[in-house]
Amino acid sequence: MRTENGRHRVWRATAAAGLVAIATLFANGVQAGPTLDKIKERGTIKVGVGTSPGFFAPDSNGKWQGFFVEFGRALAITVFNDPDKVEFTSSSPQQRLPALQSGEFDILLSGVTQTVTRAFKLGFHFGPTIFYDGQGLLVNKSLGVTKGSELDGATIGVQSGTTGELNIADFFRKTGHKFTPVTIEDSNEFLKALESGRVDALTQDASDLALRRTLLAKPDDYVLLPERLSKEPLAPAIAAGDDRWLEIVNWTVYATIQAEEFGITKDNVDTFLNSEDPAISRFLGTDPSLGEAIGLDPKFAYNIVKTLGNYGEIFDRTIGKGSPVGFERGYNQPWTQGGLLYSPPFR
Amino acid sequence: MPGPKGSGIFNAFMSWWGHYPVTQFAVLIGLLAIFWAMGSNTVQTMHRLGITPGFGFLHQSANFAIGESLIAYAPSDTFGRAALAGLLNTIAIALSGCVLATVVGVSLGIARLSGNFLLAGLVRWYVEVVRNTPLLLQLFFWSAVTHAFPAPRQAFNPFGVIFLSNRGISVPSLRVEGLSISAVVLSILIVFAAALSLARYRTGKPIERIGPWGVVFLALLGFVVAFLFGGAQANIDVPALRGFNITGGLNLTPEFAALLIGLVVNSSATIAEIVRSGIQSVPAGQWEAARSLGLQPGKIMRLVILPQALRVIIPLMTSSYLDLTKNSSLAVAIGFPDLVSVLNTTANQSGQVLEALAIIVVSYLTLNLAVSAIMNRYNQRIESRGFLPR
Amino acid sequence: MNSAVDPLARKMKWRQIWQKWLYGLFGTPLNTLITVFVVALLFWTVPSLLRWLFLDATWTGSAKDCASNTGACWAFIGAKLRFILFALYPPELDWRPTLVIGLLASLLVITGTPKFWTRHLVYLWIGVVILMWMLMAGTLVGPKVPTSRWGGLALTLLISVVGFACAFPIAILLALARRSKMGGLRTLSILFIETVRGVPMIAILYVAMLLVPMMLPAGFSPDALVRAQIGLTLFVAAYLAEVIRAGLQSVPHGQAEAASALGFGYWHIVRLIVLPQALRAVIPALVNLAIGILLNSTLVAVIGIFDLLNAAKNAANDPVWLGFYDESYIFVGLIYFSLCYSASRYSLWLERHLRAVKS
Repeated sequence: MRTENGRHRVWRATAAAGLVAIATLFANGVQAGPTLDKIKERGTIKVGVGTSPGFFAPDSNGKWQGFFVEFGRALAITVFNDPDKVEFTSSSPQQRLPALQSGEFDILLSGVTQTVTRAFKLGFHFGPTIFYDGQGLLVNKSLGVTKGSELDGATIGVQSGTTGELNIADFFRKTGHKFTPVTIEDSNEFLKALESGRVDALTQDASDLALRRTLLAKPDDYVLLPERLSKEPLAPAIAAGDDRWLEIVNWTVYATIQAEEFGITKDNVDTFLNSEDPAISRFLGTDPSLGEAIGLDPKFAYNIVKTLGNYGEIFDRTIGKGSPVGFERGYNQPWTQGGLLYSPPFR
Repeated sequence: MPGPKGSGIFNAFMSWWGHYPVTQFAVLIGLLAIFWAMGSNTVQTMHRLGITPGFGFLHQSANFAIGESLIAYAPSDTFGRAALAGLLNTIAIALSGCVLATVVGVSLGIARLSGNFLLAGLVRWYVEVVRNTPLLLQLFFWSAVTHAFPAPRQAFNPFGVIFLSNRGISVPSLRVEGLSISAVVLSILIVFAAALSLARYRTGKPIERIGPWGVVFLALLGFVVAFLFGGAQANIDVPALRGFNITGGLNLTPEFAALLIGLVVNSSATIAEIVRSGIQSVPAGQWEAARSLGLQPGKIMRLVILPQALRVIIPLMTSSYLDLTKNSSLAVAIGFPDLVSVLNTTANQSGQVLEALAIIVVSYLTLNLAVSAIMNRYNQRIESRGFLPR
Repeated sequence: MNSAVDPLARKMKWRQIWQKWLYGLFGTPLNTLITVFVVALLFWTVPSLLRWLFLDATWTGSAKDCASNTGACWAFIGAKLRFILFALYPPELDWRPTLVIGLLASLLVITGTPKFWTRHLVYLWIGVVILMWMLMAGTLVGPKVPTSRWGGLALTLLISVVGFACAFPIAILLALARRSKMGGLRTLSILFIETVRGVPMIAILYVAMLLVPMMLPAGFSPDALVRAQIGLTLFVAAYLAEVIRAGLQSVPHGQAEAASALGFGYWHIVRLIVLPQALRAVIPALVNLAIGILLNSTLVAVIGIFDLLNAAKNAANDPVWLGFYDESYIFVGLIYFSLCYSASRYSLWLERHLRAVKS
């Protein structure tokens, strides 16, 4: 009798413990549904980022900083009117796409290149390009190389899981030359490979290479070739199948671009509140009709600019002239100044 | 009449199945149901994302390059071939790692017990440092070390034919041309058949087994036969600096070297400890007895102590080898294109995460089973014979 | 009398030791060669290392001060200490991970003292593990902190200890099942143990990270750290099961049979008689495994979790303090080393202590 009782008690205890365990596991999950509902219920937006100084890196206090990070904050302002209701998780280039696929993030802001394969075969939707880039080659000056086509037989460092891995293979197939890739995932190891002379060149998005060049012990010994092997429009990526979430991402990005076009900045945004220009009052939400139509806080654009500034300010603060990184704007200027940034009308 | 026999099997099964047959069945069914639910969910998710489940993608063009490969591989080749190249790289690193780790580990284990306090102390700290820091950190270190060698143009160049640079080590190689695989396979088969029948003719009874050295010897003999009669020609390929790189010869890349050194150092520390405890498990009386017979210390170790210690050592070595094989998957961190690294890229570029992971799991399971099986065979022989194989 | 003999005896003893040393170092040509080689190696490496580590090092100041110096930049560690220990955790709540580390340390000290090896220790573990997790998450006292912001030393210790603790019951069940006479359960147990032990931990983390969310209905997936923790736990459980099985094998059959004859049920026998002896028999292996888990936990970095090693790497990724990877890695290397080395020393002490108690 005693043994039977003991056995049953153990079984019952085990079963109860199992149920409790399963219940706690799923407590973090939320029910299926469109991304926005999920986000609102959770109270934060989950954003996948990379790790590259200037674009995304935690500071000494563990707070994420950087160009792409600011767009995650802008999104949190659009949805919650609170720049801190966003969770950043770092994800290596190899991991980020499967992670988004599996619903790990609501959005990837880790400098993903928009491609047709990723759109159709991997099931991603892309928001507007927030950074126009192209794949470049960073080489040691002493090699005397001026063009990519002179790199026949060279050893080239590639970061795994990026479009760069495919582009460089294409480039050498096109030119009919040979190269030896060294595929490295760890970003520090990647740079060390060039510095030590393990590879003759690194290939990666030119912005990233320009940044890494500054990290080298002797930056002046290296040159970023002017040639671009590819187009790399870096855009926010979300999982396919949620149009509404995509539109929210779209218009959040456009708001920063449009603000710059209007000349609205963090400091002067309040002076525009009484603007006579109907386009501006629609944009800033003083005329609420637009916000009602999209079902968000009608003042989301105002909130973003008031908290983070316009595209130009974000750029300048994180990777532009106002930062240690010191990038030129290049293509990343409003179309009115000869760049490629172009927001559809807020109407 | 199948009746009684069938029930015999059934009875045997039921006695194997044991107590609580229904509960066990319920657990089994429950698990199967969970797996089935998970599987169907996965397929649904893939469909939602527009991915076709299955291994068809292996025939598609991979479009990415792989740094080093034992077989010919170009970006225009398929994902399947890329995976094979990765698998072969993993096998190469695991095999050479196990062999080197054994050599280094056994030497260290003996050095630790040597009378030279300086050496014993050094080895002790080596073992402690290696065993108490993460392997990943050690790999970063070795990667930095291999990068610290001079650039190709300033390569360390002893004898004019060996190049030591941060592009790795290049040594002259023997290049055999015109040797077809079928000729090699055929001659190896012929050599084996000839050897077996010769042995049978000489001893009058069939050979039961050929030792591992016998197999290696016969295989090499097969190669030689194929070479001599297959119309092949050999020339020596000396590495030289051409353009950006040192080309020609046999090249050992720094990534391979860093991973190999890292794994060997890591495992050799464990093996050194295993060997030390194995040797210490042999009673001191054995030393004294052997010494009183007038044997040299080196011979005592080789002929008396090690054979006995091996019984303790081998089973523990097996798990060391298995660990080394699995740890080689850290290659991804320092840029060696092993199986995991290549399949990661594959999963990323093709979206077939499930399939890529399945290939990884099955490959490692097979590799591990193979290593276990070989070591078990070896262990059985040690156990039954009680001394080192000849 | 005594005063006259003692110095002489001491002298003799010292001479003996000296001669033994001398023989060890220069007794045979081979030994001399080894000694010369080792000394040369030390002379070649140690001075320059010491210069970099201490003499030329920068102890305080900014990244600029470091750049102008040739030695190590320990000022970097000073500035980044908080980040390496707690990583992304909100700085105003630093007391939480600090408390967690303190709790863990006391838990480990208590567990390490044989005096406390009673049933209550199990309850203590369950309590402390749950408390730590809730403390980090902010379940009891707000604000809540999402797991994506946990990190550093606190996270490394937490996932290792939680992994070990949660793996224990699973491993015991697996080990019992593998030794049971029930074919079905035995097969399942063997299948699980051998599969998990046959694949690299990275593969298991990938499955937890990438496949589990696809396997569960959309939106039902637990968060990344929980999944990594489950993956780690199952991984540990397979290895732990084998260690415990070895312990179970060391307990003589007669004991269980005797208890059974006295009318004890299976679980009573296991809990009261077999397990305590089995676990005692495998303590060194358990400590070894614990060290292994701590070192292997660094692999969670590949799925983007900021453990100690990953935090150290990212500390050198801050634009203000760029590129001090060597210092960062050496520092966390020392942390790992001191933790693991003391654990292995403790294991040796315990072995001796238990043997002394027994005899």
